[in-house]
Amino acid sequence: MFGSFIKKSRAKSPWIIHFDCGSCNGCDIEVLACLTPLYDIERFGIINVGNPKHADVLLVTGTVNHRNKKVLKNIYDQMSEPKAVIAIGACGNTGGVFRECYNVVGGIDKVIPVDVYVPGCPAKPEAIIDGVVVGLGKFAQKVEEAK
Amino acid sequence: MDTLIFVVIGLVAGPLLGGFIAGLDRRVTAWFQSRQGPPIMQPFYDVAKLLGKEKMVVNQWQILCAWVYMIAAAVSVALFFAQSDLLLIFFVQAIGAVFLVMGAMAAKSPYSQVGAQRELMQILAYEPVLILVCVGFYMVTGSFSIEAIWQQDMPLLARMPLLYLALGYALTIKLRKSPFDFSTSHHGHQELVKGLLTEYSGPYLALIEIAHWYETVLVLGLCSLFWHTNVVWMAVLLIVTYMLEILVDNTMARMTWRWMLKRVWLIGMGLSVVNLIWLYTG
Repeated sequence: MFGSFIKKSRAKSPWIIHFDCGSCNGCDIEVLACLTPLYDIERFGIINVGNPKHADVLLVTGTVNHRNKKVLKNIYDQMSEPKAVIAIGACGNTGGVFRECYNVVGGIDKVIPVDVYVPGCPAKPEAIIDGVVVGLGKFAQKVEEAK
Repeated sequence: MDTLIFVVIGLVAGPLLGGFIAGLDRRVTAWFQSRQGPPIMQPFYDVAKLLGKEKMVVNQWQILCAWVYMIAAAVSVALFFAQSDLLLIFFVQAIGAVFLVMGAMAAKSPYSQVGAQRELMQILAYEPVLILVCVGFYMVTGSFSIEAIWQQDMPLLARMPLLYLALGYALTIKLRKSPFDFSTSHHGHQELVKGLLTEYSGPYLALIEIAHWYETVLVLGLCSLFWHTNVVWMAVLLIVTYMLEILVDNTMARMTWRWMLKRVWLIGMGLSVVNLIWLYTG
C-alpha cells in the first residue's frame, strides 16, 4: 500500500531545478513565469528548488558549449534517481540558430539523456508545464521498467 | 496504561497533524498571494516521494544525525502526550536540534556550513525563551510537570500573557518562517540554496521533514497549554496564533542573525523576565 502511495506521490510532487546552459534568458524568463500567480505551478506540487540533490526534474535552457558541458554533467550526476531531464527551447533541443558555431556542442542530448523536448523560441509557459507533465509520465514508466 | 495510549496517539497523530498544518499553511500562503496553491495533502506527497528516492549521502554522519533528529523530535512529542516533565521534553528536543546542526556540519559544502552556523544562532535565540516559558509554568503551578498544569482552574494566558508573546518568537524561529528563515527556509530555496538542509537528500530529507512536523506539533502543544481549561478556546488560540504566523511570514522580509539576536534577546527575553517578576511578586 505504501509502495503504491510512493509511486502516486512521484507524479504529484516533482521538484524542478532549472539550469541556464548558455541561454539568451528568453526561455529562463518563461520558466520563471510558470511560478507566478498567473500560471502557479505549485498547484501541481511543483517547487523550483535550487539544489540538484533535492530535485526530480532538470530543466535545461540554451545550447551546450565546451565550457559548460562539464557543469551540466555534474549537476545531472548530483541528482538522485528517479530523475527526468527536459530540454527547453530551440537551443536546448538542437542548438537552434547557434548549432553551427565553433564553440557550440549542440543540444542538451549531446551530453546527458533527455526525456522530453519542449520546442519554441522562447518556449511558452504552457508548453513548459505540458513538458513537465509528460516528463513525469515518462519517469514513472522508467521506474516501472527498472523493476 | 492510559499513558501508553496517549504516547501512541502522540506518535501517530504528531506527523499527521504536522503534515496537515504544513499543507494548510501552503494553501493559506497561496491565497495571500492570489494563487490557488497545492492540495492540502501536498506535504505527504512530498515526503512519500522523498522516501522513495535513491539514498545519496556525503558521509555516514548524515544518516545518524537525520535519524537522531527524527527520534528526538518523536520522543519529545511522545513525552508531551504522556504529560511528562517540561524540562525533560525541552532537553530531548534540544538534542535533536543539535544533531541536525552536526549533520549539516559533517558535509564540506559552504551552503550547509553557513546554514549550520546560522542554525546555531537560532538555537541560541529560541532555547532561552523556551526555558523561560517552562520556568513561568513552574512559577504558576509549582511543578515542571504538565499534569500540574491540567489541575489549574484558570487559563494560564491570564497570568503569563507576556511569556506567550515571547513564545511567539520561538514558534516563528522553529517554523522557519520569515523574518527568521535564514538558516533554511520552508520555501523552495533562499540565498543559501537550502542552507542547513542542502546536503541532506532523499529519504534523509524526508526524515527531517517528519521531525519538523513533530516539532511543529510540540511547540503548538506548548502554546495550547496556555488555555487548557476549554477545548474550544484552546483551538481558537492556536488558530489565531498560527494565522498570525502565516501573516508575519508573508509580510516580513528575511532579516539577519544579528537582528534576530537583538530582537529575541531584548524583546523576547525582556517580556519573559517582566512576566516572571510579575509572577514572583504577584
